[in-house]
Amino acid sequence: MTAAETPVRRWLRATGAVFMKDWRSELRTRYAISALVMFVITTISIILFALGGEGASPEVLSGMLWVVIFFAAMSGLARTFVMEEERGTAMMLQLTAAPSAVFAGKLLFNLVLGAGLTVLTVVLYLFFISGFTVQTYSIFLATITLGSIGLAAASTIIAAIIARANTKGTLYPVLSFPILLPLLMTVISATRLAADGMPFSEAFGEFQILISYIVVVVTTSILLFEYIWKD
Amino acid sequence: MELRISARGLRMAFNRRTIFAGIDFSVGHGETLLVAGRNGSGKSTLVKILCGLLTPTGGKVEMTGKKPLDVHARRGQIGLVAPYLQVYDEFSAMENMRLTMALRGLLSDDGAHRSLLERLALDVRRSDPVRGFSSGMKQRLKYALALSHRPSVLVLDEPMANLDTDGMAIVRTIMEEQHEKGILVVATNDPSDVTAVHTRVDLNDRR
Repeated sequence: MTAAETPVRRWLRATGAVFMKDWRSELRTRYAISALVMFVITTISIILFALGGEGASPEVLSGMLWVVIFFAAMSGLARTFVMEEERGTAMMLQLTAAPSAVFAGKLLFNLVLGAGLTVLTVVLYLFFISGFTVQTYSIFLATITLGSIGLAAASTIIAAIIARANTKGTLYPVLSFPILLPLLMTVISATRLAADGMPFSEAFGEFQILISYIVVVVTTSILLFEYIWKD
Repeated sequence: MELRISARGLRMAFNRRTIFAGIDFSVGHGETLLVAGRNGSGKSTLVKILCGLLTPTGGKVEMTGKKPLDVHARRGQIGLVAPYLQVYDEFSAMENMRLTMALRGLLSDDGAHRSLLERLALDVRRSDPVRGFSSGMKQRLKYALALSHRPSVLVLDEPMANLDTDGMAIVRTIMEEQHEKGILVVATNDPSDVTAVHTRVDLNDRR
């Protein structure tokens, strides 16, 4: 460490270290990526078989898109904290890194993973589900961007909470459902507007809710994380 | 900066079961604190409290330099070796060293890391994933990680666990050197592991 280094620089280095550690670890073990990819492929295949050759309304198909993204996120994004607890490395992180740097690094990792998950799901969904067409791409792109940020932010703090519990598998969906419900209802509504070909201005209300949701979740998480993170 | 660690009226209870109570001590630069006690007497719990990883039910621990340090600053001064502290076993020894430094917000010095690993007889395996290490090699790596940021306080919980005679000799030298660098805290079942004890906390029957 040089004398000129500021606390902000050290914090950024620690945050980057948490992110890169998770990323390298994921590339070597592929725990989350494998779970996410398999879940998305399986779920879209089941939807295809269930629909058969018959179409469904844009409302139903918009909802199903987010059902796939939601459950895939549940199976993958929680691993970031659960793995630390299961492997016993959480204490090493607690001892070495500032709690805010741990949260920021994990959030960054989940944002990247969540964005990848959303892109994969949307591409496969648009390609295979023939009844689902997007007419207003500006609404659709803004929705999937804000939706995946909100999903990653909420999943990160929920994962931090459940990683401490003995009943992780049960607690995650129970805890995440009420927290993610406002997000899911809003993204489904905005996706339906995009499928119906509504002008961008029609979705302003949904975007305001999504941005407010992200700000509230991230702010609350930053304030609470230190208490969740310590034993 | 010369540090002093003080504890006053420390009490710890889990689910209303008191592990220990009435613990007081003060230890300064160049001194050794020995935490002794039977299995289950709370040695590791006391170590975690000292490191800021657990909050005591009652009393408090203070680390003071020029002024009292908060819990984050306290952790920055500590190097911990303990059986419950795990390393990232998908990474190599060198990657673990770099990672630990970066997590602390510090710049890595590969030369310094290599000489530490060399001292702990791990240099030839520095690029191998840790999952292939024996438990003794992992214990040596924990020493390298604990010493990498030149801590003022070295905290050792069961310092000789899993080590062979060569490893034990290295650890005894590390403990002796720590007297020059700062404070040494050792929690052990076997007090003969430690020489030159200045302050002893016996956790047997401290409920």
